[in-house]
Amino acid sequence: MSVTVYVPADTTARALGADRVADALRQAAAERGLDLTLIRNGSRGLFWLEPLVEVATPEGRVAYGPVTPEAVPALVEAGLFDGGQDHDLALGLTEDIPYLKNQQRLTFSRIGITDPLSLDDYTGLRGFEGLRKALTLDGQGIIDEVKASGLRGRGGAAFPTAIKWQTVHDEPPGQKYIVCNADEGDSGTFADRLVMECDPYMLIEGMTIAGLAVGATQGYIYLRSEYPLAQKIFNEALARAYQAGYLGEDILGSGKHFDLEVRLGAGAYICGEETSLLDSLEGKRGQVRAKPPLPAIQGLFGRPTVVNNVLSLAAVPFILDQGGQAYADYGLGRSRGTLAIQLAGNVKRGGLVELAFGTTLRALMEDFGGGTLSGRPLKAVQVGGPLGAYLPESQWDSPMDYEAFAAFGGVVGHGGVVMFDDSVDMGEQARFAMEFCTVESCGKCTPCRIGSVRGVEVIDRIRAGENQDANLELLSELCDTMVDGSLCAMGGMTPFPVQSVLKHFPDDLTRSRGGSPC
Amino acid sequence: MYKHNNQGGQALSTALSPAQQAIQDEVDALKHKPGAMLPILHAIQDRFGYIPDEAVPIIAETLRHTRAEVHGIISFYHHFRTRPAGRHVVQICRAEACQAVGGRQLEQHAKSALGVDYHGTTLDRQFTLEPVYCLGNCACGPSIRVGDEIHGRVDPARFDALVDDLSATVVEVK
Repeated sequence: MSVTVYVPADTTARALGADRVADALRQAAAERGLDLTLIRNGSRGLFWLEPLVEVATPEGRVAYGPVTPEAVPALVEAGLFDGGQDHDLALGLTEDIPYLKNQQRLTFSRIGITDPLSLDDYTGLRGFEGLRKALTLDGQGIIDEVKASGLRGRGGAAFPTAIKWQTVHDEPPGQKYIVCNADEGDSGTFADRLVMECDPYMLIEGMTIAGLAVGATQGYIYLRSEYPLAQKIFNEALARAYQAGYLGEDILGSGKHFDLEVRLGAGAYICGEETSLLDSLEGKRGQVRAKPPLPAIQGLFGRPTVVNNVLSLAAVPFILDQGGQAYADYGLGRSRGTLAIQLAGNVKRGGLVELAFGTTLRALMEDFGGGTLSGRPLKAVQVGGPLGAYLPESQWDSPMDYEAFAAFGGVVGHGGVVMFDDSVDMGEQARFAMEFCTVESCGKCTPCRIGSVRGVEVIDRIRAGENQDANLELLSELCDTMVDGSLCAMGGMTPFPVQSVLKHFPDDLTRSRGGSPC
Repeated sequence: MYKHNNQGGQALSTALSPAQQAIQDEVDALKHKPGAMLPILHAIQDRFGYIPDEAVPIIAETLRHTRAEVHGIISFYHHFRTRPAGRHVVQICRAEACQAVGGRQLEQHAKSALGVDYHGTTLDRQFTLEPVYCLGNCACGPSIRVGDEIHGRVDPARFDALVDDLSATVVEVK
């Protein structure tokens, strides 16, 4: 008897013991003389169920999770290898798990289904169809398709991708570059990592299409050093893509040329800012550049450069394959397509939720997330990374779209949603926002470099009960100065979480440490 | 200043020590790349575990930078270290998603369990403790990284068990 079992091999599954689960399954199969095919797939992104083991059955793949190595013998006893469901960890058909079923996965349609490194798996699920389509178009034709999709930069700035591409396309011929920003430094985000670990060819395909669109022959992926597994998997995918003719001097026999290389960052959060990233790629300190000139005109090594986030580039294969309109059919207002929301922090069911723009934060946190992990009431949620505001309950009913969030000073950013229960001390969170900026500021402009240091000091004085009214006013002014006077989003947005605490959770800030002032 | 530079030049023109030669080899293997600095620094750190002082003049000379520039680049990035680390580098995630599930308590516990602060190395040189801002395991924190392995849902008990395992491994290796 032969059986096919899937055990995810992404960072989260492995961080929760997936490798040992795989070993236990191999051992159990050997003891029973079973012919086991064990595939290390990517993660489905249902992280609270990891390690999520799947077994192929005639009805489809059935799931079990979260599986520990210790649970394997009992699961096998209960008929796991036959897809038996008589066990507490049995979840039925994977595709029927509501968390997954209720999503609209366009970009993440393949994750967890395929072996990330299998080219056959990738092409079997429409992989490289977008590239084949792009090879039949000229650069302008590709850009027009992306324009029709309404795709906006998924890194956080939400700038229309097609306009950026058009600018680089319209620059005189010569060396141009595609740079992929894979410096996913925001806490609460892991979607870029999932792309690179679970569906790496999609990013290769998206970047190649971008290169064809603007006339660039060289691409770089700037990957953070905190993602060692993504680096390993992606480099292997690159080697295989080269070997199969999807990259190099003659892409699929078209005579078109595109080369791709991974460059590793070195633990600097600021290098997620595009100009700082370019300086880092050039081999310098990762300091922010003043704009203009825009990177699209003078970018890497002074040449016209497209800098796009992983998720923007990963959306492109679908858009070329299915047409821009098919993508634009999702979403609302000026936010078209889908958003990869990442539920993180104190959440019962954390993971990746890809949905059309427009769902409310409350629906995400309650219907998908299931509330807090601790079971305590939710108190605050930080959306959009360490530079995003902390949102109180009154703001949880706004639809997740760029304009609706901007209207109340919120940031969608890279789609990270970090939940906190009522045990959180928001004063401490405000302090951390400033402290993070002292550690990660590139140092180029004063409001950020010095402002953040002063911010920590003032918050400490407020929290110590020292001259609170005057210090609160000072903190408020300092925040305004940083917002108005900083060169980039690091200093310019660090005050957002602080201001949100001042506005919505002032008691946490003014309560003296060690007890109430009353 | 000039005298200092001359001395540097003379040092380079004389025979290189084996360590210097190894550094020179790493630099030469990558120097043709556009923006070769970071790949070179990574290669040296991967080989030696840190970036030795003697690497600075070699990199500067080869890439036609000043030593001050090279030093400025190394010191800018948190990832690069200029002194050897302990046998295991343990990174604790300090970011918000981990804070929301007990990350701060884990930080305190790790410091007291190992008896060092951040950037410190235990006296037996087995562990170096580092902060890290996000390992991308934000739905299953608190997270730590040991070498290239990420661990999720690390509470103080799990941390102690991991440290015990690593210490035990060391004994076996000896």
